[in-house]
Amino acid sequence: MRTMTMITAWAMAGSALVAAAAPALAADATLKIESWRNDDLQIWQEKIIPDFEKSHPGIKVTFQPTAPKEYNAALNSKLDAGTAGDIIACRPFDASLELFKKGQLTSVNDIAGMSNFSDVAKAGWSTDDGKTSFCVPVAAVLHGFIYNKDAFAKVGIKDVPKTDEEFFADLDKIKKDGTYVPLAMGTPDQWEAATMGYQNIGPNYWKGEDGRAALIAGKEKLTDEAWVAPFKELAKWGAYMGDGFKAQSYPDSQNMFTLGRAAIYPAGSWEIAQFQSQAQFPMGAFPPPVPKAGDPCYVSDHPDIAFGMNAKTKSPEAAKTFLTWVASPEFAKLYANALPGFFSLQSQPVPTDNALAKEFVGFRDSCKSTMRSTYQMLSRGTPNLENETWVESANVINGTDTPEQAAAKLQKGLDSWYKPGK
Amino acid sequence: MSQIEKLSLDVPSIPAATAGTVRQAPARRWYILVFLAPALLVYSALMVIPLADTLRLSLYRKVDQTSVFVGFANFGRLFGDPNWSVHFWQALVNNIYFFIFHLLLQNPIGIALAALLSLPKLRGRSFYRTAFFLPTMLSFVIVGFTWKLILSPIWGVAPTLLGFVGLKSLFHPWLGLESSALTTLALISVWQFVGIPMMLIYAAMLSIPEEVIEAAELDNVTGFAQFWKIKLPLILPTIGMCSILTFVGNFNAFDLIYTAQGALAGPNYSTDILGTFLFRTFFGNQLQLGDPNMGATIATMMFLIILIGVSIYLFGVQQRMRRYQL
Repeated sequence: MRTMTMITAWAMAGSALVAAAAPALAADATLKIESWRNDDLQIWQEKIIPDFEKSHPGIKVTFQPTAPKEYNAALNSKLDAGTAGDIIACRPFDASLELFKKGQLTSVNDIAGMSNFSDVAKAGWSTDDGKTSFCVPVAAVLHGFIYNKDAFAKVGIKDVPKTDEEFFADLDKIKKDGTYVPLAMGTPDQWEAATMGYQNIGPNYWKGEDGRAALIAGKEKLTDEAWVAPFKELAKWGAYMGDGFKAQSYPDSQNMFTLGRAAIYPAGSWEIAQFQSQAQFPMGAFPPPVPKAGDPCYVSDHPDIAFGMNAKTKSPEAAKTFLTWVASPEFAKLYANALPGFFSLQSQPVPTDNALAKEFVGFRDSCKSTMRSTYQMLSRGTPNLENETWVESANVINGTDTPEQAAAKLQKGLDSWYKPGK
Repeated sequence: MSQIEKLSLDVPSIPAATAGTVRQAPARRWYILVFLAPALLVYSALMVIPLADTLRLSLYRKVDQTSVFVGFANFGRLFGDPNWSVHFWQALVNNIYFFIFHLLLQNPIGIALAALLSLPKLRGRSFYRTAFFLPTMLSFVIVGFTWKLILSPIWGVAPTLLGFVGLKSLFHPWLGLESSALTTLALISVWQFVGIPMMLIYAAMLSIPEEVIEAAELDNVTGFAQFWKIKLPLILPTIGMCSILTFVGNFNAFDLIYTAQGALAGPNYSTDILGTFLFRTFFGNQLQLGDPNMGATIATMMFLIILIGVSIYLFGVQQRMRRYQL
C-alpha cells in the first residue's frame, strides 16, 4: 500500500513536471550559430548575443565558430549528418549556393528587412538569376593598405602614395632608411598573395566591375594586359618584403606590422580591430594606388559574411526572428561598431566611431566598389580558379613564374571548363 | 634491464606451452566465434564497411544532386584529364620521395640508436630512450607548429643558433622554398618518428640470447664485426617490419604537411602528397567545393598503392627473409 502511494506520488510529480516543462519548451528556443569567425567569439558573447536576448526573451543564442580553414569542410559534413547549427554563416557565392541547391539553406526572400539591401549586396547570396536570396547579407570587407604613421614620418613621407610610381618611390625610401621592413607580407600561406596582393591592387587595372563582368562574359581574358598588369606589379613586391618572406606566415606578417617592424601592410579591413588592440603606434590607411595620376580608382569591397537558416532547424520561427533582427538597422549599427572593419551591406550608411574604419569606409566615396574577380561563377570547375590564383600570385612574388606565365596558366585552366555565356 | 634479459631468456619455453594445443578437441569450439565476435564486429563497423563504401563511392558521380553509377569514369578522369592527372602524379612522386627519404634515414638512424642503447656500458640509458621516443608521442599539430616556429626566418631560433656559430648565411627559409620544403618536412617527420624503429629494433636486439653473443666473442667476433655478422641478420625481420610500417604511414601521411603548409601544400604544390591531394579534393578548399566522388577515387588509388606495396613485401620480401631459431 505504501509503495503504491509512493508510485502514485512520483507519477503525479512526474506529470506535473512534464506539464510545467512543456509550455516553457515551446517558448524557449536555442539557436546555435555556425561561423568561421572564431576571432569574434568574445564580441558575440559579450555584445551581440546579450543585446539580442534582451530584446527577444525566450530565445537563447550560442555562437560556435570553427577555424576559417576548416569551416567549409566541417559545415558541409555537419549539414550532411544533420548536426549543424540553426543559423549558418554563409560564405559568398558558390559554397552557399550549393548548400541552397541541396536544400540545406532556405530562401530568405520573405524575411522582413531584405529590402534594406541592394541587389549588388544580395548578389553574393542569390541564385544566378537573382530571384531568390538564401542568406541575409551582413558585412563586406574592404581592401587597401594600412601604414605605420611613425614610419612614414621617420623616412619623410608626407602624403600617402596615390600612384604606382609614388608607391614604389616610398617603398624605396623606406628600404633605404633601413629601420622598417617596407612591406609586411609573406608567401607561404598563398592566399595573402592573392587576396591582399592580386585582388587588392587588381581592380585599378581591370576597371573594377566592368572588367569583372567582361571576364565572366568571356569578352576579356586573364592574359589581357589589364589582368597581367597587377601580376607585373606584384612581381616587384618581393624585393620590399622581409628576409625570408618565402617562409613568413600570415600571423608572422601581422605581428611584424603590429610590433612596429614594418611600414606598410597590404590589408583587408578585417585586421582593423586586432591591429588597434595590439599596435602601439598611430596607423592610417590608403586605397590601392592607381597606375597613372588622375586614373579612376576602384576598391575591392567584397561581400564576405551573411547569415542563413539551416533548413532542418528545430526552431524555424526563432531562426526567422533572428534573421529579421540581422536585417535590421539596429543590428547593422551594433555589428559595425563591435567589429570595425566589417562594413554593413545595408543601403543606409551606418555610422562608425572608429577612425581607421572611417578611413577605410571613406574609400567607398572616392573609389568605385567591386568584388574579388574569382568569386562569382569562375571558381566552379576544376581546376579551381581561386586556388590557382593563390598559387600563381605567390609564384609571381617568389619569382617562380613570370607574370605572363602565371596569367597564361590561369587562363588555360579556366578555358578547360568555363564556357562563357552558358 | 636484467628483468628484460630474463624475459628474453624465457622465449625458448614457449614451444613447451604450445605443445599442449596439439591434442585435437572433437567438440565444436563455438566459443572461438564468441571471442572473435567483438573484434570482428568493431573492425567491420569501423574499418571494413567504410573502406568498402569508399570503393563504392569512387564508382559514382553526382549529377544534379543525385548519385549516378558511372563505372570507372572517375578513374578515367583522374588519369586522363590533365587537370587531375598532373596533380596526381606530382603528389605520387612527392610521396615516393617522402617515403624513400624516410626509408634511407629513419631506419639507419633507428638501428644506430638501438645499437648504441644496447651497449652494455651505456649510462643514462633510460633517459636517452625516453628522449628519443618522446617526439613520437607528440601530436602532429604540435610538431608542425613548433618546427614552423623554430625555422621561422623572423622569430625562429634556427637563424639565431646558426648565427652563434657564424653560419647565419647558411640559413634559408627552408619551408618556403620549392627546392627544400618537402625535404625539410621529411626531416621533421623523421625526427618525430625515429623512436618507433629505434624501440622495435632495440627490443629485437635485447632478445638476442647471450649465448649467441658469447659464442661470437669466443670466435673473436666483436665490435662492428659482431654487429654486422651477428646482430644485424638477427634483427633483419624487425627492420622489414619497420620499413613496411613506414611505407603505410607515409602513403597515409597528411597531418604534418597540412599543419605546416596548408591544404594547398605550397609553395607551388611542391609538398603535395596523396593525403593532401585527397583532403583538398574531398573536402574542398576556400572556393573549391568538396567532391566526395573524386576524393573517393583518389582514396581508392591510395588503398591500391598501399595494398600493392604491402603485398610485395609480404610475398616477395618477407618469405625470402631468413629467420634464425634462437
